[in-house]
Amino acid sequence: MGATGSAVSRVPGADEIQKETGFSSAHIYRLYDRFQVLDKDDNGVLSRRDLQSIGELAVNPLGDRIIDAFFPNGVETIDFRSFVRILAHFRPTEENRQREPNASEPLNSRNSKLKFAFQLYDQDKDGKISRAELLQVLRMMVGVEVTDEQLESIADRTIQEADLDGDGTISFEEFKKSLEKVNIEQKMSIRFLR
Amino acid sequence: QPVRLLGPGGLSTSLMCSACQSQPVPDGLQIVSFKWHHVEAPYIIAVWILVASLAKIVFHMSHKVTNVVPESALLIFLGLLLGGVVWGADHSASFTLTPTIFFFYLLPPIVLDAGYFMPNRLFFGNLGTILMYAVIGTVWNAALTGLSLYGVFLTGIMGPLQAGLLDFLLFGSLIAAVDPVAVLAVFEEVHVNDVLFIIVFGESLLNDAVTVVLYNVFDSFVAIGGENVTGVDCVKGIVSFFVVSIGGTLIGIIFALLLSFVTRFTKHVRIIEPGFVFIISYLSYLTSEMLSLSAILAITFAGVCCQKYVNANINEQSVTTVRYTMKMLASGSETIVFMFLGISAVDPNIWTWNTAFILLTLVFISVYRVIGVVIQTWLLNRYRMVQLEIIDQVVMSYGGLRGAVAFALVALLDPEKVKERNLFVSTTIIVVYFTVIFQGLTIKPLVSWLKVKRSEHRDPLLNEKLHGRAFDHILSAIEDISGQIGHNYMRDKWAKFERRFLSKLLMRRSAQKSRDQILNVFHELNIKDAISYVAEGERRGSLAFIRSASTDQLVNVDFSTQRPSIVDASVSALLRGNPSSVCLDMQAIEEKRKSVRDKEDTLSHHVLQQYLYKPRHQTRHKYSRHAITPNTEDNKQEKEIFRRTMKKRLESFKSTKLGVNYSKKSIKNYKKDCMPRKVNPEYSDIEEAHEHEVAHQDIGISFIASATRQALAETYNGIDNPTFISDENVMVRPAIPPWLSNEDTVVPSQRARVQIPWSPNNFRRLTPLRLSTRSVDSFQMADGPVPEHPRMTLPEGTHL
Repeated sequence: MGATGSAVSRVPGADEIQKETGFSSAHIYRLYDRFQVLDKDDNGVLSRRDLQSIGELAVNPLGDRIIDAFFPNGVETIDFRSFVRILAHFRPTEENRQREPNASEPLNSRNSKLKFAFQLYDQDKDGKISRAELLQVLRMMVGVEVTDEQLESIADRTIQEADLDGDGTISFEEFKKSLEKVNIEQKMSIRFLR
Repeated sequence: QPVRLLGPGGLSTSLMCSACQSQPVPDGLQIVSFKWHHVEAPYIIAVWILVASLAKIVFHMSHKVTNVVPESALLIFLGLLLGGVVWGADHSASFTLTPTIFFFYLLPPIVLDAGYFMPNRLFFGNLGTILMYAVIGTVWNAALTGLSLYGVFLTGIMGPLQAGLLDFLLFGSLIAAVDPVAVLAVFEEVHVNDVLFIIVFGESLLNDAVTVVLYNVFDSFVAIGGENVTGVDCVKGIVSFFVVSIGGTLIGIIFALLLSFVTRFTKHVRIIEPGFVFIISYLSYLTSEMLSLSAILAITFAGVCCQKYVNANINEQSVTTVRYTMKMLASGSETIVFMFLGISAVDPNIWTWNTAFILLTLVFISVYRVIGVVIQTWLLNRYRMVQLEIIDQVVMSYGGLRGAVAFALVALLDPEKVKERNLFVSTTIIVVYFTVIFQGLTIKPLVSWLKVKRSEHRDPLLNEKLHGRAFDHILSAIEDISGQIGHNYMRDKWAKFERRFLSKLLMRRSAQKSRDQILNVFHELNIKDAISYVAEGERRGSLAFIRSASTDQLVNVDFSTQRPSIVDASVSALLRGNPSSVCLDMQAIEEKRKSVRDKEDTLSHHVLQQYLYKPRHQTRHKYSRHAITPNTEDNKQEKEIFRRTMKKRLESFKSTKLGVNYSKKSIKNYKKDCMPRKVNPEYSDIEEAHEHEVAHQDIGISFIASATRQALAETYNGIDNPTFISDENVMVRPAIPPWLSNEDTVVPSQRARVQIPWSPNNFRRLTPLRLSTRSVDSFQMADGPVPEHPRMTLPEGTHL
């Protein structure tokens, strides 16, 4: 499925998308194809239902949260551009990119990736992961054998480890710092097929 | 030999056999007689099976021994012992592993078991890699081994052997193939990641086609005589490879389709349902064998293709029966195979020793395997998503075991045509013993040593573990959404085709319906159907997990304050209970850092390590010969997550789609609502409603309640069909953003129970308004400022 010039031109707004996200035209074409497959009622936008129909997401502990991440601010549907913009977070980071001055941070930079992940935790969008929010995520990610006491204990220790200013919550900076030794570029990137 | 049954007079007559003719004619009524020959054949078979099974019991009594020595090795030793006994008693090798018995009776169950339990997604996802190793790798091994041996032979080190190039190539072809039986037996003990496992395992299964072709080709070449082989014959050989492999696969698929089709109609003959699976699969094996195609491929693919439909069609007890029987047959066969490998070796008649030959064979197969793996991996890594690392390559090379298939093939050789047959047989035996025993013994320490070396030298922080795992899940989800796994284009197309045609043909209607229910998100379903699905799942599935001790212990859990960490006794109990499931990394890290970390920290890490849900590429899709549990463990994680997700979606669905008209049942079920409680106002007594709620929450998952409630609920007005009030839905749009809606979790909290009861206020508000037919109006009016409340506090309380 190579992308030809004419094929890409069928994709609405391909050029802006390319500039904004850094995907190549081949990638965009592939993603558009996928978008169309997902778009069951063929109206050019994806609704939650379309994403929820992906079976594997139902058995992914964070599946619903991630679906929610695609629909920011309570929108009900997203178009192709927004779809690609979210996926662009997961492009492999390019090293040694020429940072133009005043250029906005690329969507796939380490910071952006971490921000994306942070937003999954931080449901009330206050810029901090509270203990309760962390407990929520923990609860989603562990098996049912783990009791609440154990979870709380884990949550407490996790916050203790990361919380540098002692306010009992994890801010984005603290979040970043706690993950500084983790190879985010690798852990949050997928190689998009051409 | 005809058997004359007992005559009416009670006179016994013996089997007509030559040995018996010398028996004296009885001159009176014999009350009891010893009729050994009457039962000889089946008796011996039964005894051997019994011996093998008893041996297994004895071996597993000592956990220490089985941890170190793979069971296959132990069985071989036992076989050697028994062979010695038999030899001592009889001075003839009366019991050997004959190729007929092996190929017709012992091998099919093992391979069928492999195919039936094959993790399809993993298998087909890595099919390219597997095929490459199976075909190219085997040809490489066979050719190089044969040629090198021939080359060395020419130098004369081996001494005078009556063998030509073709004989060596023939030998190379049968010794090159990795053996599925041996691989499984050993990999069972070593916990490798599932991609690696499926590659080696898949390779061992699929290389049968190559082995069969090469063996037959060289065998006939040897028969024709080296000088008469022409180019045409070589071309024919290559063509026959394709014919054999594709033909075998097709036969397997055809029989799988037949089997799936048949099971569609077995609803009324449940008792014999399992039988079909075995008979039809076995027939595929025999048919393929009859047509001189690859029988292993046939039965493998029969198992691979039928599993989905068979599991969907036959009823649950039959599924269990099939699984257990298959495991039993496979495990039993494997045991017998290894034992007989031992016994057959004790036969001095076949022993021919040629140091150079044997040593060189060992060297060559190991070396060429390593080289082959390295080169192929380098090539494949350029096209693979998931890279194969050094440790994987080590395991792959080291785990290429030879086993009974090679032995059976070599025993099939005709001593007339292949003069050095005995040498080949002896060498094969030694090679098999070496790989199974030595490599089997050492692979586990090797792997753990390598893993320890490569593991992190510093403690992963709790944060890193947790977030790392979260990232894995996120990545899996994004991969799924963007359709970037493997050749998703093909997979999507296949899934579409499969759904439209195959499933309609091969799956029972009821199974199709429930399958569709799973994948749809209720937008066409009545809520009632959705509830019944989940309730059904809860009822059928392991209710045990819901009733786990931890939920029962749940008492006043106050989340608002920071609680001091309690070292929970149950955690250590959990840890003690499952020593084998802790993976090697954990052990290594723990051993190094035990002194440094404090106990609680350790426990936190242990709990996380053990209970964090595994992301897709780490899920143990482990195929296990001896246990069915790995499947259920996978399913368990999936079930839990799936139920949670469905409940969540159910709730958000109902909150967006439905209005006020809930039946009493559903209200009790959805205890944690951001919405004001919508009680069926047929309740005149509000307190009673409240009490009921609390009572239900005590049980834990209220869906259990629904299972019983359903019977009662039938009498009530069911839930209105959402489509009926669909136009009004738009107005019932909840103001809260979706992600704030109750993130449901499995375990309710006391706090949540404390939270909810403010809603009785709303009940009072609602009830009088119920009279309006546009129930939405009442809802909206009740909605007012109240919903703000729960949103602030609920995220604190209700989520755990």
